Amino acid sequence: MIFTEKRQGDFMSSVIETKDLNLWYGKHHALMDINMAVPKNQITALIGPSGCGKSTFLRTLNRMNDQIEGVRIEGEISLRGENIKNLDANVLRSRVGMVFQKANPFPMSIYDNIAYGPRILGVHKKKELDEIVETSLKQAAIWDECKDRLKTSALGMSGGQQQRLCIARALAVKPEVLLLDESTSALDPVSTSKIEDLLLELKKKYTIIMVTHNMQQAARIADRTAFFLLGELIEYDNTEKIFSHPADKRTEDYITGRFG
Amino acid sequence: MMDISGTNTSDAILTAKAGISAKRKAKIGALKGLMYFAAALTTVLLVGIIGYIFFRGVPHVTWNLLSTTPSLLTDNIGILPNILNTLYIIIIALVFALPIGVGTAVYLNEYATNKKLVRVIELATETLSGIPSIIYGLAGMLIFVQAMNMGTSILAGALTLAVMTLPIIIRTTQEALKTVPDSYREGALALGAGRWHMVRTVVLPSAMDGIVTGIILSIGRIVGESAALLYTAGMANEILTPLKSITPGNAGATLTVSLYMYAKERGQFDVAFAIAVILLIITFVINISAKLLGKKLKK
Repeated sequence: MIFTEKRQGDFMSSVIETKDLNLWYGKHHALMDINMAVPKNQITALIGPSGCGKSTFLRTLNRMNDQIEGVRIEGEISLRGENIKNLDANVLRSRVGMVFQKANPFPMSIYDNIAYGPRILGVHKKKELDEIVETSLKQAAIWDECKDRLKTSALGMSGGQQQRLCIARALAVKPEVLLLDESTSALDPVSTSKIEDLLLELKKKYTIIMVTHNMQQAARIADRTAFFLLGELIEYDNTEKIFSHPADKRTEDYITGRFG
Repeated sequence: MMDISGTNTSDAILTAKAGISAKRKAKIGALKGLMYFAAALTTVLLVGIIGYIFFRGVPHVTWNLLSTTPSLLTDNIGILPNILNTLYIIIIALVFALPIGVGTAVYLNEYATNKKLVRVIELATETLSGIPSIIYGLAGMLIFVQAMNMGTSILAGALTLAVMTLPIIIRTTQEALKTVPDSYREGALALGAGRWHMVRTVVLPSAMDGIVTGIILSIGRIVGESAALLYTAGMANEILTPLKSITPGNAGATLTVSLYMYAKERGQFDVAFAIAVILLIITFVINISAKLLGKKLKK
């Protein structure tokens, strides 16, 4: 009962919606007829075995696949009702931020890393940048650890700190959606749990879509979970439902560890 | 219970192992000896050549030599014009070769989507880098000196060398760009950066030390070049102002060209060796300073 009510509300306020989304890498059909609505201010986890298309799907949402040669996309993706094909790719990416599997801070100072995005958008006043840097680092729960060394190279931070820095960098341009592509898979458990806590906090302000290989992680923090297999969206529902009463046999087999 | 240590068979294996290790030791020893010999030979040759040049040249490096122009009337020999000409040619050649070379490399590595075109350009640069320099001289004479009416001049020589160093700059820049991790590019694009913004703010700074290496190599090539300059820059020994050096029609010999003339045409080996010492020192200073610069830029 509660579920249906909640689901109803979710669809009402979906931020990203895909309609009959298909993607080919050359001749390989990597995504098939994906129809999905991602609710606002929730964490949506994409799970599935390697090569199932979940990362491809994620990268389609901010058009990072445009970079790759031989990619053909059909169908529609809309961000708050606007077809993302009609948006400028750079503008789209400042609205849909992304954090990658491996932390990728630029080889510059912590401050310049955070200021990178705002500077692209034309913010150059020192006072404004200072403020953005501070709030972004605070939002990513890393301000206390680096406030005294903002001018030092970001490459000197630990792996977990670097990844939170990358989250802060993505937040600095005030995106509406945050995409995370297995962003904790290269981190130790302590850093991972820090980032999970952070995401639970961030979903109050942002809509989060994350690809994860770690099903416990999806179960712990995601509100909704989508299961992908061989390019198809098999099942997409509230996380509790997926992990307790999956509707599809394949979902059940995957989450109980029978393959993957 | 089974005897998993296999005491019976291990004896034979152990003897075999001992035999192999003795053989191996001998082999390793022989190889080591060969390597030491090769290393020693290289060092001896290098130190010998440098030592010989310094031994023959240093006594003739005088302030008068460095600071005057040669004159047949007063029987004075000075290489100031040649030092200046060398500097002019380095600067002018790089002014042309650097932006074009780095630009080409950036295009090939960051923009080009047409793989065939990239391969054609890469093949062309590889071929260009293998062509003997005297052929550049010939082409430079026909194109810059004659067709473009620059006459035998520093400018024509510098442009010829710019074409000659272009492949070096393209190749080294391309190699440097390839070492920049794609994650930097993705990170920048994902923040909404346009391609050029990404290249300018993230890719080029990360590749800077490699680009500097390319510049050092090019300068080395320019300083050491003589064949391509014989036809194009000429053999004059007059002091040129910077403005004159970029005006067509003002010929001038660089250090290497003057070395050739003193040794081959005038038989003044003392002067030739003195010039050789100066060339060695210049090369050394360029290498050291460029390395320091590269280190500083990488920070």
